Amino acid sequence: MASPAPEPADSAPTADAPSSPADGPEGPRTGPGRPPYRKLYRSPHSRMLGGVAHGLAVHLGLPVTWVRAAFVLLFFANGIGVLLYAAFWFVVPIGIGEPALGAAGWVWANGQFVPAGASGVTPDPLRKAGRGRVGRLRDLLQGTFQGEPVIAEQAVPGEPSAAASRRNAGQLAALLMLVIGVMWLLNALHLQSSQPYAWPLLAIGVGVALVWRQADDSRWARWFGLAGARRRSAVARVGAGVLLVAAGIIGFLVVEGTGNGVGAVLEASIAVLAGVLVLTGPYALRLWQDLGAERTARIRAQERAEIAAHIHDSVLHTLTLIQRRSEDPKEVQRLARAQERELRLWLYRPEAAAEAAPDTLAERIREVVAEVEDRHGVPIELVCVGDCPMDERIAAQMQAAREAMVNAAKYGGGGPVQVYAEVEGRTVLVFVRDHGPGFDPDTVPEDRMGVRESIIGRMKRNGGTARVRPAPDGGTEVELEMERAADD
Amino acid sequence: MTDAVAGTPGRTARVVLVDDHRMFRTGVRAEIGRTESTGIDVVGEADDVESAVRVVAETRPDVVLLDVHLPGGGGVEVLRRSAGVMGEPGGVKFLALSVSDAAEDVIGVIRGGARGYVTKTITGTDLVDAIFRIADGDAVFSPRLAGFVLDAFAATDTPPVDEDLDRLTQREREVLRLIARGYAYKEIAKQLFISVKTVESHVSAVLRKLQLSNRHELTRWATARRLV
Repeated sequence: MASPAPEPADSAPTADAPSSPADGPEGPRTGPGRPPYRKLYRSPHSRMLGGVAHGLAVHLGLPVTWVRAAFVLLFFANGIGVLLYAAFWFVVPIGIGEPALGAAGWVWANGQFVPAGASGVTPDPLRKAGRGRVGRLRDLLQGTFQGEPVIAEQAVPGEPSAAASRRNAGQLAALLMLVIGVMWLLNALHLQSSQPYAWPLLAIGVGVALVWRQADDSRWARWFGLAGARRRSAVARVGAGVLLVAAGIIGFLVVEGTGNGVGAVLEASIAVLAGVLVLTGPYALRLWQDLGAERTARIRAQERAEIAAHIHDSVLHTLTLIQRRSEDPKEVQRLARAQERELRLWLYRPEAAAEAAPDTLAERIREVVAEVEDRHGVPIELVCVGDCPMDERIAAQMQAAREAMVNAAKYGGGGPVQVYAEVEGRTVLVFVRDHGPGFDPDTVPEDRMGVRESIIGRMKRNGGTARVRPAPDGGTEVELEMERAADD
Repeated sequence: MTDAVAGTPGRTARVVLVDDHRMFRTGVRAEIGRTESTGIDVVGEADDVESAVRVVAETRPDVVLLDVHLPGGGGVEVLRRSAGVMGEPGGVKFLALSVSDAAEDVIGVIRGGARGYVTKTITGTDLVDAIFRIADGDAVFSPRLAGFVLDAFAATDTPPVDEDLDRLTQREREVLRLIARGYAYKEIAKQLFISVKTVESHVSAVLRKLQLSNRHELTRWATARRLV
């Protein structure tokens, strides 16, 4: 590959350049007061193929069209333009997260070049949405060689795998068609007869391109991630690349007339490869392990930071509040209880389960308990056995349970209220028990609606039963029984 | 917590506190360790697995108040390494005392041989009561532990390996549910028309099943059910 070539077209430094150090010498120029040195990236925004021209334009402060024109012109000079483009494509990393044409760049607007950003003209990063066949082919090319999704998806890690795999298949098909097409073109141009190496070289070139692009940093990062589909597609790409290169080399040998020696050459190559593997294996392994260790350390650090942030946000604030209001024991207790509950939930709740089923009985009753506890300042001990999804009947039962808890908190003598919920088959049982003086439901006057309507009536209306009875050694217990709705 | 912490008159129990938080040890000692009034004599303290095993072996207390989370392997490790002093008749008994809500922690120490589990929010009176019950050879189930156990033994998706061990009898389930509902032993006895002794024997049977149960997935299963 050609070394990163001098920029095409003499770069004329533009005048408006606080943020555009026109192509300066390589090296950091980030002195105080100076704008940060703008590295050369391929631009992911409004690119045609690899974003090279666009990136160069941004870097040099030139209108992108000029750069493109330069490439096209150079193409006719023995194809140097293509080689240059390819070299840039390989060597220059893509700048994910780069701004589109900044103040340094120019865009074509209203029949003239204007500095982008200066006139409210911004290149549309989503220009790629909804375009014709050519655009899609371009996407396929981009995707095939580097797995770079289109802009809209670039910011979203882990896109839907179904769509991704569909696109992968399309990309491979496009690659094949491209190869066939180029070969046909070469044939048509009678290059084949005069330059018999064109085919194998092309195959090798494409194969190398495929493999190389997989080594992109961001690709590696994703490799180490858990996205199985992506990883498989990357492996497939590398495999295809290796096959192409192998085919190219063999073709090369055949064309050269040493095809008979292919077997011997293969053997020798394998022997050399094996030797290299044996020699470098331990180092590679060590490198791999170091990488893993580093990654683990980084994840740990992140986790710790998250915990620290959580404790800072919640626990420390609560403790501060408690210190300030230490003369108000009720409030202090309320704060401490709420904080304890929150921290417990955060520490001990299995995350996956919580995300999978956001609205279940256990979840709901926990909310109800928290609410009543906070409002009435009486500790409520909740024990929940089993779990089930919420339905209308259970929702009614929860309302009744809430009422029972409120009663227990109000009249239960301030001692802890015990709540026990159990899901057994289709039956959901909730017990609410206090240790107060207790009362006889029969002596409650007719006009007191709390128990009769909110608890017993509500349960009846929804097809359940409620029993209110004195607990053996004082206190009251409310039992709520409900069958879950038939459909699951 | 109240000042009116009082044990059974005339009885004493020797206790070792194992917890890695010095403040907590100090607090518990201040609350239950007033020997004349509570009958509890705190004979040792430890703050990690190493020191806990050593102190327990040296002092041979009646009851060890054992934190679940400890540096050096946790409460389970203490239990494992204290199997020698635990096994013999009249040996050391362990009561797990934890802030943890995680079923695997709780079930883990119970299966490791602890005779009971209470949370750190327990009042001083109840803690003294629990210590004496443990010292007497009874098991102490808090409502929450009863919930964990019920959940772990509830609907089995795999056939039990040992029918006798892996199933709770109807009575045992009833007792556990009443504990989970916040009933005291006395109240359970009244409710089920049985004696307190019978309640105790049911609870001990459950504990034994829990500790001997063949179901390896017990803990995992309980965790998967996302208990409180």
